Amino acid sequence: MSTTTTPTPKGPLGQPLVRREDRRFITGQGRYTDDIVLPGMTHAAIVRSPHAHARILSIDTTAARQAPGVIAIFTGQDVAADKVGGLPCGWLVKNKDGSNMVEPPHPILVADRARHVGDQVALVVAETRAQARAALSLIAVEYEPLPAVASLAAARAAGAAQVWDQAPGNVCYDWHLGDPTATEQALKAAHQIVEIDVYHNRLIPNAIEPRSAIGQYESGTDSYTLYTSSQNPHLIRLLLGAFVLGLPEHRLRVVAPDVGGGFGSKIFHYAEEALVVWAARKVGRPIKWTAERSESFMSDAHGRDVHMRARLGVDKDGRFLGLHVQSQANLGAYLSTFASSVPTYLSATLMAGCYTTPAIYVEVKSIFTHTVPVDAYRGAGRPEAAYLLERLVDKAANALGMDRLEIRRKNFITQFPYKTPVALEYDSGDYHATLDMALAAVDYAGFPARREASQARGKLRGIGFSTYVEACGIAPSAVAGALGARAGLYESATVRMHPTGSVTVFTGTHSHGQGHETTFAQLVAEQLGVPVDSVEVVHGDTARIPFGMGTYGSRSLAVGGSAIVKATDKIIAKGKKIAAHLLEAAEADIEFKNGAFTVVGTNRQKTIGEVAFTAYVPHNYPIDKVEPGLEESAFYDPKNFTFPAGCHAIEVEIDPETGVVTLENVVAADDVGTIINPLIVDGQMHGGLAQGIGQALFEEAQYDESGQLLTGSYLNYGMPRAADFPFFKVGNHVTACTHNPLGAKGVGEVGAIGVPPAVINAVLDALAPLGVRDISMPATPEKIWRAIQDAKAKAQH
Amino acid sequence: MRDFNFHRPASVAEAVGLLRKHSGGKFLAGGQSLLPVLKLDMADPSDLISLSGIAELRGIRVEGNTLIIGAGMRHAEVAQSPEVQRTIPGLARLADHIGDAQVRNRGTLGGSLAHADPAADYPAAIVALNGTVQTDRRTIAADDFFTGLFETALRPDEVITAVRFPVPTRCAYAKFGSHASKYALVGVMVAKTADGVRVAVTGAGPYAFRAAALETALGQSFSVAAIEALGENLGVRADDLNNTAEASGAYRKHLIAVLAKRAVAACL
Ligand SMILES: Cc1cc2nc3c(=O)[nH]c(=O)nc-3n(C[C@H](O)[C@H](O)[C@H](O)COP(=O)(O)OP(=O)(O)OC[C@H]3O[C@@H](n4cnc5c(N)ncnc54)[C@H](O)[C@@H]3O)c2cc1C
Repeated sequence: MSTTTTPTPKGPLGQPLVRREDRRFITGQGRYTDDIVLPGMTHAAIVRSPHAHARILSIDTTAARQAPGVIAIFTGQDVAADKVGGLPCGWLVKNKDGSNMVEPPHPILVADRARHVGDQVALVVAETRAQARAALSLIAVEYEPLPAVASLAAARAAGAAQVWDQAPGNVCYDWHLGDPTATEQALKAAHQIVEIDVYHNRLIPNAIEPRSAIGQYESGTDSYTLYTSSQNPHLIRLLLGAFVLGLPEHRLRVVAPDVGGGFGSKIFHYAEEALVVWAARKVGRPIKWTAERSESFMSDAHGRDVHMRARLGVDKDGRFLGLHVQSQANLGAYLSTFASSVPTYLSATLMAGCYTTPAIYVEVKSIFTHTVPVDAYRGAGRPEAAYLLERLVDKAANALGMDRLEIRRKNFITQFPYKTPVALEYDSGDYHATLDMALAAVDYAGFPARREASQARGKLRGIGFSTYVEACGIAPSAVAGALGARAGLYESATVRMHPTGSVTVFTGTHSHGQGHETTFAQLVAEQLGVPVDSVEVVHGDTARIPFGMGTYGSRSLAVGGSAIVKATDKIIAKGKKIAAHLLEAAEADIEFKNGAFTVVGTNRQKTIGEVAFTAYVPHNYPIDKVEPGLEESAFYDPKNFTFPAGCHAIEVEIDPETGVVTLENVVAADDVGTIINPLIVDGQMHGGLAQGIGQALFEEAQYDESGQLLTGSYLNYGMPRAADFPFFKVGNHVTACTHNPLGAKGVGEVGAIGVPPAVINAVLDALAPLGVRDISMPATPEKIWRAIQDAKAKAQH
Repeated sequence: MRDFNFHRPASVAEAVGLLRKHSGGKFLAGGQSLLPVLKLDMADPSDLISLSGIAELRGIRVEGNTLIIGAGMRHAEVAQSPEVQRTIPGLARLADHIGDAQVRNRGTLGGSLAHADPAADYPAAIVALNGTVQTDRRTIAADDFFTGLFETALRPDEVITAVRFPVPTRCAYAKFGSHASKYALVGVMVAKTADGVRVAVTGAGPYAFRAAALETALGQSFSVAAIEALGENLGVRADDLNNTAEASGAYRKHLIAVLAKRAVAACL
């Protein structure tokens, strides 16, 4: 499948340029937080609770204080004595009755009680990392283990242990969206009601770079610096400064240098970031902390862990009439930064999918458990919606004896803009087009023959589809604010033209695998008509970039790129004034094209480089009307979300003897809006698909009943590997976003959102002849084998 | 990982001497099992005595009907060895499917046997092939070598120097790897020898064990049908097998039969 349906462009926009940042990454010259060495730097290690739930009776640090190299030890008592604030939650969700969700405290070191395995109990600071770690075992913490609840079911059971006294039944909030009456009526009127029960398995993000943070205090200026492996340095500065330590912005700088992947898990403000900054002042030296891989497993926010039940009412022709969804989401022990928004505003709002279902009602109960906090992870809420719907739609087709593609086509939204019953307005899309594209790429017509060939070899072959839509380009601030967001969600950019015509772009977004340094350079080169190589992109340092919200929710191009366009537009507008003066023409007669200002209808022109030079050397200059210099900033607040959509098609072969699934075909036909760099878009798709397939087939964070993490290392957490996959076929059909200047939608998450239901639908298609009707994620060999055994046993009765 | 002293002896005698001197020490071969243990702070040896520089532990040779592999030979070397491929191709294939390329380029035969991981591959081979472990002071028959979970008949200061594998008529190993770790959830080695059929199972129990019922059945008729005829009667109880989130005892029992059939098919 070709990568895009548009012809190869002439300008920099749309060129598959190799990522410029890769040179430093693949030659070992990236500069990650852990690479940074500051003069006098010390090292921290953290005592973490081995219990899921325990009272802390006492902490004896005497022996550890004597250990070689140990400089200081801090406990929750010290944090409390200094009145250090807790970690705030960034999104207020309200209960059905209008009251606020329960917001328990989230201390950076716990003082009296640990609430999950890995909860941070004490901080050791030592001369070396090895010394800090060696001292951990010398700290004697006396715990009184308490009963724990580690799963949604356990937390909701009668008499369950309470994570927080202020949250009876362990409920954080009980929220809803949509019209219950209309939905109930629609279901009553339905020809048939199709029900489903799904569990979205809990995932561990596993960025290749573990989290790391360095805190530094300079007494001469009474100011702090935090280096951190984060997706959004300004957000961290805001949360850490305003809520945790009580510091004004000008005394706190946050630097997020090269970051080796985040997938959402590095959006959040973590205790370790606050700890190293707070303690750096106490010890008078910089402090570095870098997670061990096993710490990452038990302290990075996890993803998903949502249980959903739904009823879909259909008429006899297969039209969807009404949908009622009830979900329970595991939030873990504390409210991580955006935890509350994920099962609600990022998930329930997508329950229309790409279908015209007129009445929808979604209820969400979010639940505390004695597990690691759960928050946004690649897709954040939208994979859950897509999975529920795409499984349900296949089920509906089965129930009605209809073709699963026909039922989709029958219900596709085709008129845009389209207002869904769950608060969103889709601006553009062409769901038939991406479905057609996927069918061609997967050679659907040839599938029956391939199935027969598999059968002849004793194997089961299946094909599965998912036609998904998602909402990204987060987010219109006023809308988000009305829904409970405690931050604006615009983006910022400063474009600085230098005297010789080179350009530096400062963006509030953050690149940790997305390739912004290349994409944004292409964008600016296109806008200003300068070579891509003369554009530099700066991100990740609050001392250098304007206030911006960072990167998540596939927002960087649609929102951050739009801010850049606004800033370059201002550069061009100012340049016109300068050019008009130099060319002795009226400003209205100047047009800007291909990097030059021209008097319309003549060949008299000044290049943007000449104009920039004049702006900085303003000898012959309209100094009364125009300031010198050529630098512009812009903030862009999106008018709406963007709505990437598409069709993923998966073909599998199953060995019925062992239950092993082999991926035979992985096809993704997506509409991610305008494409700046198709190579990077393909790369984002590949990564997203790998993670989505990981969720469907391999990955699951599992706790035992007592709250011990059973999958705390790569020995038992099933990370996907390159060898698990065939070559992917990815392609795009572009319908432009109608409300941002680029027409961009977003590509960062669509792979992880769209593909899991396609995989499971394919597995179920393969198993259908045996009578298997359901399988949960991850569809491991043993699960499939058991499903086959159970179906066989049933068939014999 | 804690601090330790590092030694690089040139001979087995020197290595044994060093360990006797530093009783809190440990031998280090490829480090593919020991280093993860150290990184997780699950052991805290005062000294690491590297066996990597000892020439006596290297080499692969054939003596009559016996293949002798030095304990220090890496998995990749065993997999690629012309001697192994010629005499016991099933063993070369087994070595070629241990872990990943990095692991195979570091990990050694001696280290694998001494570590006695219940999910390791080589134990199935040495048991099925009726091999003998040669140490610096004695020989230990395969059937006597593994004594428990991560436990062997070795003394703390005893060094495996080589392993002797009698060359079978035919043998093949079938493995069902953990997706996460690549270790065997179950691995079955079937060997047809002049003295009869031996079948060893790894991954399913605390250590590699022989499957008597399979051996008897295959002894009577070396065929896939012979295993099918056994049905559930494999002589193992699902409840006695390893039971983890990734694979229950019942599934492992089922895999023993499936893999035994595949190994037999590969021998035919
Ligand atoms: C990611 C990963 C995947 C793996 N997958 C597999 C797999 O699929 N199958 C499999 O079988 N294994 C697997 N392994 C383990 C691997 O095969 C190891 O190489 C092997 O288990 C140990 O060998 P080593 O040479 O690395 O020993 P080391 O780790 O150096 O030592 C292990 C133990 O043996 C002792 N020892 C070492 N040599 C001797 C000797 N000559 N005499 C006495 N004692 C000795 C050491 O003191 C130590 O206690 C995997 C390992 C990793 C890291």
